[in-house]
Amino acid sequence: MNIGTNPPSLDPRVTTGLPEAHVEIALFEGLMRLDQYGNAIPGAAERYEANEDNTVFTFYLRDGLKWSNGDPLTAEDFVWSWKSTLDPLLASEYAYQLYYIKGAEQMNTFTSDPKWENASDEEIAAEFERLAQDFGAVALDEKTLQVTLEAPAPYFLSLTAFHTYYPVHRASVEANPEAWFRSADTLVGNGPFKLVSWTDKDKVIVEKNPNYWAANEVKLDKIEFYLIEEETTATQMFETGELDIIESGVNTAELDRLKSEYPEELKILPDLGIYYYLFNVEREPLNDKRVRQALTLAIDRNAIVTEITKGGQVPAFALVPEGIPEEGSGDPNDDFRKRGGDLFAEDVAKAQQLLAEAGYPNGQGFPTLKILYNTSEGHQRIAEAIQEMWKNNLGINVELTNQEWGVYLDSRSTGDYDIARAGWIGDYIDPMTFIDMFVTGGGNNDTNWGNPEYDNLVNTAKKSADQAVRMKAMHDAEAILMDEMPIMPIYFYTRVIMVSDKVEGWSMPLTSPLNLRDASIKK
Amino acid sequence: MARYLLQRIITMFLVAFFVVTATFFMMRALPGGPFSSERNVPEAILKNLERKYNLDKPLYQQYIDYVKGVIVWDLGPSFKYKGLTVNDVINRGFPISARLGGIALTISVVVGIPLGILGALNHNTAGDRTISGLAILTAAAPSFVIAGILQYFLAFKTGWFPAATWGGGQLRYLVLPVLALCSYNLAWIVKLTRSSMLEVVNQDYIRTARAKGLRELVVVYRHMIKNAMVPVVASLAPMTAGILTGSFIVESIFNIPGIGREFVQSITNRDYTVIGGLTVFFCLLLAGFTLICDIALALIDPRVRLEKEG
Repeated sequence: MNIGTNPPSLDPRVTTGLPEAHVEIALFEGLMRLDQYGNAIPGAAERYEANEDNTVFTFYLRDGLKWSNGDPLTAEDFVWSWKSTLDPLLASEYAYQLYYIKGAEQMNTFTSDPKWENASDEEIAAEFERLAQDFGAVALDEKTLQVTLEAPAPYFLSLTAFHTYYPVHRASVEANPEAWFRSADTLVGNGPFKLVSWTDKDKVIVEKNPNYWAANEVKLDKIEFYLIEEETTATQMFETGELDIIESGVNTAELDRLKSEYPEELKILPDLGIYYYLFNVEREPLNDKRVRQALTLAIDRNAIVTEITKGGQVPAFALVPEGIPEEGSGDPNDDFRKRGGDLFAEDVAKAQQLLAEAGYPNGQGFPTLKILYNTSEGHQRIAEAIQEMWKNNLGINVELTNQEWGVYLDSRSTGDYDIARAGWIGDYIDPMTFIDMFVTGGGNNDTNWGNPEYDNLVNTAKKSADQAVRMKAMHDAEAILMDEMPIMPIYFYTRVIMVSDKVEGWSMPLTSPLNLRDASIKK
Repeated sequence: MARYLLQRIITMFLVAFFVVTATFFMMRALPGGPFSSERNVPEAILKNLERKYNLDKPLYQQYIDYVKGVIVWDLGPSFKYKGLTVNDVINRGFPISARLGGIALTISVVVGIPLGILGALNHNTAGDRTISGLAILTAAAPSFVIAGILQYFLAFKTGWFPAATWGGGQLRYLVLPVLALCSYNLAWIVKLTRSSMLEVVNQDYIRTARAKGLRELVVVYRHMIKNAMVPVVASLAPMTAGILTGSFIVESIFNIPGIGREFVQSITNRDYTVIGGLTVFFCLLLAGFTLICDIALALIDPRVRLEKEG
């Protein structure tokens, strides 16, 4: 199976990417795990209890849980792992995934106070220990773990299936804190598989872990994760039968041929992500809402997904993709996007009218703006199509600029652009993972746009435990965003993968890594 | 001789020092940093990261610490790949690239030089034209085209060889990348040998040698080839350093965990320590091979002197 790029690490506490998550889900298991539909089901925990307002969760671990080296796995292991993730000296980029737990954010971020600037590591460690006394996760006994949250988080259960919440083996980590995850001897996990070897940029090999609590359910003896970045190479290896699964690296330039030659093997799965353009609302004429609306209404998204991307992407007429349940509506099949519907419609005549109202009839006098994207053929083709559509439909000219990845990110975050491409993949299955991006001054809001009403609605949704209230606030917030249009939605992502018809029982729910726990090879 | 060597070695390290300094400041001047991504890391966490990797110190302090590290060949930790030092990256990637490159280079030299000589000796015959035509074609085709063609025919169509991956260095995995890596260098050596031979053929001393009635074989071997090899050997230094340090394109296409790919990717990742460490390493390697070549040239060419007379 190919997972693409080389994992920067296999320490689930610090990794942030999908390639490493594919391996980690084989090596570790959280309190809960996700079934094939993405519902949280018991993992290391046999059962759990939640209090009335979803702020205190109590997890009961299974009997006789063991690490892959045979050591017993206890509730304290989870507490220690989470605590160490928050340690400022570990500097985990994903530590904020644990901020839902009471005290966690303070433990992780006290160092940004200037008084800690020149503190020694020992002083920081001491202060961390002091703050950790109030940490919301406590082992009541060997098998019982109680977690108190900062605020009600109904999606906390699914979060405990996420890799930042996996337990790590304390003795191994402490013996070799910098590189324990690089060798099979010291990577001790609690998942269905255990590490055999990891050769950088080549492959990671795992084999069945006999100490896993449900080892009898695991049918594969061994998985080889190939780390091939070149799409043509990965696709060719699938075609020669050297690979059974391509999770990352289906050659999108050849999608038409692959679709017709491998109709069964090529799978297009929904993804919780959106491809969009940012407008820098501080620059003329993009500071005028009517201009932003005109630009957004004047492109043909269907043409982009059918002629250019071709991977089954869905034209986007809002921010939040399909696949997030509308909680609290009483109907389990109710979907946030379906309920919200499209928040605008393409309409060239209206776009022309809006542009005229803004003072640019037929595009006259409209300055030449630049579309910024990071260097890639795919982004370029989309930008060229949009350039063409705006020229034909609105009579305006834009130029294209591409920049190397690091330079592009820098231009975006310093606001040095007119219009820039962007993409976002949700962290968790709740509209908030998209909505809270655009709060005023938000860390991921590169548009310079801000709206107090929007901020209030986000706040309401974050504070409330009542799902109906939360969902309504987020629908309202999204409506404001799609009226103000600091961004132009283009399409919702899909995941294009290839799976040989020999492989059965794999699952890959929305936003999750590919799970081979229950997979088998048909003889 | 000893004094000359010493001088050369000192210059080599001075050059390396300048390279370290220039790389250090140039990469810091690049926009973007090692921890930037489309998903911005919260400010407080960024601070923790900068603290961990000593990026919170003043730049001159970081520079001094870095130079100190380089002197004892401790090139620092990679920012991107946790738990790996730059030394680890070199120790893993270089032997792989060097092995591929070494085989490719040997083939290029062993096949290329005789082909070039044959071509020159049979100047303007059909054989010569075929050889130089093929050489020009392979030298002009970009290596990704050649790699793609090899993959398509020898792996996908016939199934003779695996399409890609290192396969622990087994021979059948090596064949395609070695061929792809050879192609350009082989063609280059053929062309260089041939043109250098053609130049020698018309020299006065060859006529003298013939006039003395030496056997043709002796003329060709002792007088032509030996002299014609001078520019070939001179160009081998940069070629060896280049081929041993791997090719980004060939390593990417065949997914080989070598050092050539690492170098290009480290720049995209803004992995400061890896960029710096690999640059120094490449620089020392290139300087080292140039030195070896200069010595070799002095041995085969009496016109080259290592030391000034007197």
